[in-house]
Amino acid sequence: MEALVTGLLAGKVRSLAKAITIVENDLPGKREILQSVYPRTGNAYLLGITGPPGAGKSTLTDKVIAHLRAQGKTVGVIAVDPSSPFSGGAILGDRIRMQQHALDDGVFIRSMATRSHLGGLAKNTVDVIHLFDAAGKDVVIIETVGVGQDEVDIVRIAQTTVVVMVPGLGDSIQISKAGVMEIADVFAVNKADRDGADKLVNELKAMLEMVKAEVKPEIFRTVATDGIGIEELVAGIFAHGRRVEESGLVAEKRFRQAENELKAYIYDMIMERITGLDGYDDVVRQVAAKKMTPMTGVEKLFSGLGLPEEA
Amino acid sequence: MSKKIKVLIAKPGLDGHDRGAKVVSRALRDAGMEVIYTGIRQTPEQIVATAIQEDVDSIGLSCLSGAHNKLFPKVVDLLKEKGAGDVLVFGGGIIPDEDIPGLKAAGIAEIFLPGASTEETIEFIRQNVKTA
Repeated sequence: MEALVTGLLAGKVRSLAKAITIVENDLPGKREILQSVYPRTGNAYLLGITGPPGAGKSTLTDKVIAHLRAQGKTVGVIAVDPSSPFSGGAILGDRIRMQQHALDDGVFIRSMATRSHLGGLAKNTVDVIHLFDAAGKDVVIIETVGVGQDEVDIVRIAQTTVVVMVPGLGDSIQISKAGVMEIADVFAVNKADRDGADKLVNELKAMLEMVKAEVKPEIFRTVATDGIGIEELVAGIFAHGRRVEESGLVAEKRFRQAENELKAYIYDMIMERITGLDGYDDVVRQVAAKKMTPMTGVEKLFSGLGLPEEA
Repeated sequence: MSKKIKVLIAKPGLDGHDRGAKVVSRALRDAGMEVIYTGIRQTPEQIVATAIQEDVDSIGLSCLSGAHNKLFPKVVDLLKEKGAGDVLVFGGGIIPDEDIPGLKAAGIAEIFLPGASTEETIEFIRQNVKTA
C-alpha cells in the first residue's frame, strides 16, 4: 500500500488507477490511502460540468481539456454515467468523445458509474478527486450524469460549476425553476449555432437579472463540436474562480464543502455500525410487520449503539 | 461487497462496424458489469492506455477488418509492457478458424465467433477474471 501511495504522489498512472479502484469500491486499504494523500490535496482546481443528457457535456469537456493542455495544465477527468437500476451494470461512454487525449500523459480520464447514488455523481467521487489532486493534476474536471432538475451535488464539490444548456429543451418557465438552474457559476449555451440559441441566452439573462448573488454567473455561447467559444468559456471559468477568491465567499464555500464531506463519513460510519448490530434485522422485521414504528426502531437501534435515544 | 467486474469493449482497426461491440456491451451491462465503450477506430496504444487508466479487469476486442492477427496480439504485448499483463483479453469478430490457435498462443484468452451467444461471453468473463 505504501508503494501505491508513493507511486500515486509521484503521478504514476498505474498507481493512481489502482488507488482509484480501491477507493471507488471501498476495498481494504482505502482509509490508509486517503489518510496518506489528504495532506497533499487542495491544489487542484475543481471544475464541475453538468447539464441535461445530450447537451454536449462530454464533447465540451473534450475541448476544455484540449484548451487546458495548450496552457500547459495537467488534467484529471471523472466522467460519471448512470448505473442500471435493474442489473446494477452500466455502459460508461463519455470517453468516446475524449479519446484524442488517450495517449497524452498529462490527461487521466476515469469513468465512474453512479451505482444508484443520487445527486448526479458516484458515491465516492469526492475521494477520487482527492487522489487526482494528490497526484498533481492542475485541474480536475467532474462531468456529472445527464441531469434533470434536482441533481445538484456537484455544486457542493466544485470550485466552478458549468451548467451546459442547449436550445429547444423547454420554455422560459423551465429556466425559472429551482434546482440545476440555480447552481450555475457559468452557463455554457452549447449548440449555439442552432435555432433558439438567442432566445435561450435572452431568457437566461432575464433570469439572472433577478439573481441577488454577489458573483453572478456569466453566459458563454459554444459550439463544442467545432471548438467555438471554448477559449472564452475557459477564461470565464477561471475568472469566476478569481472573483470567488476576491469576494471573501471562499471561506464559507470551503467550510460547507468540508462539512458535507464530514457528514458523508458520519453517515457511512453510523450506518455501518447500526446495520452491524445484532438486533438490526429484528428491528427491520418488526417495522415491516407494522409492530413497531420506524421512529421507535431508530431509537432502539441508537440505544444499541450506546447513543442517547433522543438522537 | 464484491467488486463490480469492469470491462473495456474496444474496436481496434479501421472497420466501422460496431453493432456487435454494442450488443456485447449491452449484454454485459445487463449482466451487472460496468462497461467502458470507446468507439470505433482505436489504436492498440489507445486501448491499452484506456484500460490502464480505467483499471479494467478485462478487454473485449472486436475486429471485422481482418487485421486481428496483427492488432489483438499487439494489445496483449502492450499490456505486458505496461505491467498490466493480468488483464483478461478476449476477442470477437469475423475470424477464420485457422487463426484462432495463433491468437490464443499470443495471449488472447478466448475468441467468440459470429453466432456465439452473449451468455457464453458473460460466463467466460465471470469464470476468468481475477477480482480482488
